[in-house]
Amino acid sequence: MGDKVLMKGNEALAEAAIRAGCRHFFGYPITPQTEVSAYMAKKMPKIGGTFLQAESEVSAINMVYGAGGAGVRVMTSSSSPGISLKQEGISYIAGADVPCVIVNIVRGGPGLGGIQPAQSDYFQATKGGGHGDYHLVVLAPSSIQEMVDLTSDAFDIGDKYRCPVMIMGDGMLGQMMEPVEFKDTDASSLPEKEWATSGTGMKRKKNVINSLFIEASELEDLVLERQKRYDEICKNEVRYEAVDVEDADIVLVAYGTTSRIAKTAMAKAKEKGYKVGIIRPITLWPFPFEAFEKALSKNTDKTFLAVEMSMGQMVEDVRLAVNGRANVEFFGRTGGIVPTPKEILAKIEEIGGAK
Amino acid sequence: MEKVFKKPHALSDVSFHYCPGCPHGIVHRLVAEVIDELGIEGDTIGVAPVGCSVFAYNYFECDMQEAAHGRAPAVATGIKRALPDKVVFTYQGDGDLAAIGTAETVHVAARGENVTTIFINNAIYGMTGGQMAPTTLAGQVTQTSPYGRDPKTQGNPIRVSEMLATLDGPAYIERVTVDTVPNIKKAKAAIKKAFRLQMEGKGFTLVEVVSTCPTNWGMSPQESFKWMRENMLPHYPLGVYKDITAKEEA
Amino acid sequence: MTYETIFAGFGGQGILFSGKVVAYAGMLEGLNVSHLPSYGPEMRGGTANCSVIVSDEPVASPLITEPTALVVMNGPSLDKFEKAVVPGGKIFIDSTLISRKCERDDVDVYTIPATQMALDMGIAKLANMIIVGKLIKETNMFTWEQLEGAITKLVPASKAAMLESNIKALRAGYEY
Repeated sequence: MGDKVLMKGNEALAEAAIRAGCRHFFGYPITPQTEVSAYMAKKMPKIGGTFLQAESEVSAINMVYGAGGAGVRVMTSSSSPGISLKQEGISYIAGADVPCVIVNIVRGGPGLGGIQPAQSDYFQATKGGGHGDYHLVVLAPSSIQEMVDLTSDAFDIGDKYRCPVMIMGDGMLGQMMEPVEFKDTDASSLPEKEWATSGTGMKRKKNVINSLFIEASELEDLVLERQKRYDEICKNEVRYEAVDVEDADIVLVAYGTTSRIAKTAMAKAKEKGYKVGIIRPITLWPFPFEAFEKALSKNTDKTFLAVEMSMGQMVEDVRLAVNGRANVEFFGRTGGIVPTPKEILAKIEEIGGAK
Repeated sequence: MEKVFKKPHALSDVSFHYCPGCPHGIVHRLVAEVIDELGIEGDTIGVAPVGCSVFAYNYFECDMQEAAHGRAPAVATGIKRALPDKVVFTYQGDGDLAAIGTAETVHVAARGENVTTIFINNAIYGMTGGQMAPTTLAGQVTQTSPYGRDPKTQGNPIRVSEMLATLDGPAYIERVTVDTVPNIKKAKAAIKKAFRLQMEGKGFTLVEVVSTCPTNWGMSPQESFKWMRENMLPHYPLGVYKDITAKEEA
Repeated sequence: MTYETIFAGFGGQGILFSGKVVAYAGMLEGLNVSHLPSYGPEMRGGTANCSVIVSDEPVASPLITEPTALVVMNGPSLDKFEKAVVPGGKIFIDSTLISRKCERDDVDVYTIPATQMALDMGIAKLANMIIVGKLIKETNMFTWEQLEGAITKLVPASKAAMLESNIKALRAGYEY
């Protein structure tokens, strides 16, 4: 346990990764996450770690594949257009069951888009991104402290289930400073990486890190085995925050930066007499369906209002969770525009009627 | 009975999937013999490409990783940075190394990454059935250059060894072939030197093997080698293109 | 109590550092704080601003849309943020660099020739700290001792001369 320090999100994340035992980082510069690379470039050489600026995002993610396959804790970081470039590698990493952490400090898109905060990579992160039957575990912190805590969790989840884990922030979280405290972490309960290609030492059979399986039945078996691990993740790793959801007429659903703005709007709406609660998914995959069961446990006469910095990419999951039992609405801004509490309040008033 | 010829230990006891007459088998064997002779099987991690040698991870007894098409140098970099004391090699064909993976190839060499690349150049995409490769010769007929490669519209073949030799990073680059016993011996010596220099921490090493593709060239193995000697070797001359130890040894 | 301050000016005036001093002081007092900068190409010689929240409650939105205080060190920043300040809020203007008057009559306006004062004192780059001193004094966000404690922790011990200048600048503003 240490004192609190005031740190920028991107730098706090990098420090958290180092403290979680990550000694290998492969990246490529892109706004608004470059501070992660800069921090790693400064720190890694001093602690015997690797910082390597790759020739492209494509190359960086494949370096991650190699190092992760060799059994070390490894991370890469980028922002939306760079994450698109990494998708090929992410699919291979998932297909070869290589643990690693991928950071996406999301900016507006599509295309080059902009550099201001956005959440418009939700589909890409939670519904695939790359090809094939796979999932990323997607963690969405809403504060710098949570970013630090989830970074440590991300490495543990990756190692435990042998899967890639994404930390999804946005430009605002990456750039802002908040006080953080770094907690001691302990990965000693995690399994040994007996599958890693670290040299046979002539003492065991060879290990192969691979996602190619020409026999359809062999590939199906492997996908089914991986699905079992996904089922375990859905059982054990769902994280969310739910505040005042049972008695609410309007339940806001928001994650990351947007959830903080939604909370401000919620406080203002309560002052005006509206019964408002909030579900804040912390894991975007697995999506916290149980939070919605909680919200619907007393009555279903309520509206779920998804608030996002996108055109409503999370709404589909909200609808799946609600499954027709209650009303679902959406409010969002996009392109790098951050919604204001006032705008969200206006939407709450529109749904709730005059008070 | 005395055994006078046996499979190298580093070569797995499985049948190759390669076509009859394909030199991949020869080069695999040479790599395995070198691994045996250097006593490094337990400390070696190989990276297989996408292309005809995509199943190379089945053929070597050391730990192996299978890379995405063209990304073997990046994967090897990741492994080497994680395990700097281990021996890391990639085995790649011309499409993998000189087309889709050009950036990775150039930069692994420019960084002087301490890994070894075995590069098989047979001027064609074999696995997908004989399409034009970045090293396909001008005028050469392939499935996607049915009228012969026209440099005006289809570009010129890339001389990889010469190109990479201009960089400061590589320690050793040699182009060899495996058409005759003397040449096979030279190829093995080059591969062994490349691995040895890596073990000495000298930097990036690459051995380009000018090879053939009897199946997709539509020739017998003997005709293929003849065609290779008459057409490929003039464009891809054998020899040492970079050797930072040459001065030391001289 | 929640203080929501926007600091704004040109890049190079130490705008982000001004906000950092305030956020840091809040953190040392065990309060909840956030510091959100503008970023990207607009930072390259253009305008810079940051939103700093200091509160005894958890900080919800780090984005300030209705500041309780505004510190401006150039004209465009006053134009941009003047209307956003809550009624009854406070606006701090570097009158060396901003000639026009504030048009609001429902806020407290403090003009201080910070840049000129800094030049006169031979610490030209610390106009930002002069104005921070004034901000802290008029908002009562922190005591002088708390402010001095924050800057002392924030400036590395190896740069004693720099620390001394910073304290001098803060003091000048605090007492203006």
